Formats: sequence, structure tokens, C-alpha cells
Amino acid sequence: MGAAVSLDLERQRAEALAIAGEVCDPEVPVLTIADLGVLRDVRIENGRIEAVITPTYSGCPAMNLIALNVEVALEEAGFTNVKVTTVLSPAWTTDWMSEEGKAKLAAYGIAPPRAKAGRRALFGEEVVACPRCGSANTQKVSEFGSTACKAHWRCRACAEPFDYFKCL
Amino acid sequence: MTETPLFLVTLRLADDALILGHRLSEWCGHAPVLEEELALANLGLDLIGQARSLYTHAGAIEGAGRDEDGLAYLRRENEYRNVLLVEQPNGDFAATMVRQLIYSAFMHPFHRAMASSKDATLAGIAAKAEKEMAYHVRHSAEWVIRLGDGTEESHRRAQDALDALWPYAGELFEVDAPMRAAIEAGLVPDPESLRATFDATMTEALAEATLTLPKLGSFQTGGRAGRHTEHMGFLLAQLQYMQRTYPNAAW
Repeated sequence: MGAAVSLDLERQRAEALAIAGEVCDPEVPVLTIADLGVLRDVRIENGRIEAVITPTYSGCPAMNLIALNVEVALEEAGFTNVKVTTVLSPAWTTDWMSEEGKAKLAAYGIAPPRAKAGRRALFGEEVVACPRCGSANTQKVSEFGSTACKAHWRCRACAEPFDYFKCL
Repeated sequence: MTETPLFLVTLRLADDALILGHRLSEWCGHAPVLEEELALANLGLDLIGQARSLYTHAGAIEGAGRDEDGLAYLRRENEYRNVLLVEQPNGDFAATMVRQLIYSAFMHPFHRAMASSKDATLAGIAAKAEKEMAYHVRHSAEWVIRLGDGTEESHRRAQDALDALWPYAGELFEVDAPMRAAIEAGLVPDPESLRATFDATMTEALAEATLTLPKLGSFQTGGRAGRHTEHMGFLLAQLQYMQRTYPNAAW
């Protein structure tokens, strides 16, 4: 009986994790919070379900909406007594983004973060491939773009401007 | 109100970030070019985001029911513990960039070191903030160099900004009794251990910018004890307007 209950609980947890993980980033709608690595965990305890998320950038205004959407998605799937908790430690980094997530970003026209966020403070150059034509002949316009997580670049080969998901 | 060292150092860091973030937000709609409009808003957003996490943490440490809004909006001027540097007016673009360079050249190594704080939440906030501050150092240094090593007029303005703001740099390194206690408890780094990195960043950027540090006998001080410059009251009048007019208003 005990084993059956815990098996049932584990199945419920897996289901809740999958549902919560499908919630999309409102700023980059091709990415789910599972792709981003924003969804940290789902716990079920005494009939209460808790989804744990972590912010990407400190000032990311999407976090409140993500928390709300996770709650709504779980409730719509029939879970009751849902709580969303935000944790700050360990800190999120772009290294947590899944390979699938990076491929989706590139297909959407946003250059994905390059592996291993560096510690370059003063100066130094980055090479970012154009997500449209693949050329490495690109140029940074500004390190700050349309959202906290993106920089503004342009491609010299195809002449298109593009967003680059900044390494953090 | 009893202020533990952990509460106080967390509050000070939050106040620094909030007040500078607010100053940067004043540039919205006034930046010299569109890219800079976005950049200044992004820098401000990073800092306000850091402040939110720090205030929430400070409120939890205090345990008196104050949340991030209560701490950010509903204190009096002498209860804010930010350094005087961050409340200085935006001035011209050179002043804003010099202020940003001084602050971020200090906070970048500070957060890097605080990422191994014995307080797990401070460590988590710092691990993220370190990377954000690297962007701030780079952006402000690039501008200080461009302005300092630019035209005669831009050089003059950058040098004026440095002369006016450098007297506020020393306060970043101040260590009083609660700060000393927090350092000894392994909560925050000793600012003295960051001086070499700070000096190296400033020296490299200023040399390339052809700017010179003014010679000073002493630095301005007072913000950590709640004694502010005349600019702070005006800043708070704007920052707190909504909460003072509609107390407890929430988004």
C-alpha cells in the first residue's frame, strides 16, 4: 500500500513537472521554462504542490508573469493547493539553457548564448554567428537590447539586425 | 529597531542599488541616442532587480513584516543607508557615466567575492549580480574613454565629472562596526581586499581616457549613517510619491 501511494505521488510529480515546464517565457515565447532552466523543481507534500523557479536576470520583469502562469497551468490541469516559490541560490546562468532551447532560439532568429559564460569585465571581443545566415561576420551594435537578457547585433553579410541572448 | 549586521549590510547594498537604479531611470526618454536609451534603462533594471532581491532578503532577516515595498518606499531620508555617490544628480551624460564606472568598478569585484558569502541568499544574489556588473563596468568604461579621449568639450566635461564625483569614491571602502562584524562572520567581503582590483580598473580606463584623478585630502562620508546630501530628499519625493499618496498600493 505504501509503495503504491509513493508510486502514485511520483507519477503526479512527474506530471506536474511536465505541465509546469511547458509554460513559456512571455518575452521569448518559443522557449519553455524547462528549456531555460528556470523551473528548478516540483514538490508534493501533504497534498500541497510547490513549483520552484529561479530568475534569469535580477531585473527580469517576466518573473511575476511566469509564476502566475505556472500556478494557472497546474490548477487547470486539476492540481489544487498550488504554490510557486522563487529561489535565488544557486544563481541561474545561461549554461543551464538546454541544447534544445538553444536550437529553438536560433530558429526563432535570436542568436543563442555561447557556451560557458566568461568573466570578461573590461574589453575583449566576442564572435557571435548570425542566426539568419550563419555568417560570423557580425558586429555588436549595443550590449543592451530590447530586454534585459538580449544584446543588439547586426550581420555584415546579410545586413540583418538580430538579438543575441547575452551570456550570464 | 535592532539592526543585526546581516540586516544592515543587506539593506545598505539594497539602498545603493535602488537609488542608483532610480537615478538611471530618470534618463528614460532623455538619452542622447536610442541605443543609449535602452542601455541606461537596462542598467537601471539590473540594479532595481538586485535591490528587490536584497530588500526581500532584508525584510525576511528583520522578521518584522516589512516587504520589499515597505523597505524601498516607506522609510524616511535618514533611514536610507546608501553611499552618497549613488544619489548624486545625473548631471550631463559624462557625469552619469563616471558615476556608473566608479560604482561598478567597485561592485563588480564586491559581488564576485560575496558569491562565496556564508549567507546563501546573499551568495545567490551576488553570483548573478557579478555578471551583470561586468556589463556595467564595460559599458561605462567604454563611454568614459570615448568622452575623455574625444573632443576638447567632451574631455572637459568628463574631467569635470571625475573631479566632482571622485570625492564620493572613498565611502565605498568604509568599514564601521556592523560592517566589520559582517566581514568577520564571512557574510560580505572586506572592501580593502578589493582595492587593488578597483584601482586597476580605474587606472586602466582613466589612462586610456586621458583623464586624471584629482588629488584629495579626504573623502565625503555620511550616507551609511543616514546623513545624505541635499539631493536625496528631492530624489525620495519622486521615488516615494505613489506610496505616500496611495499607501499600500500594490501592482
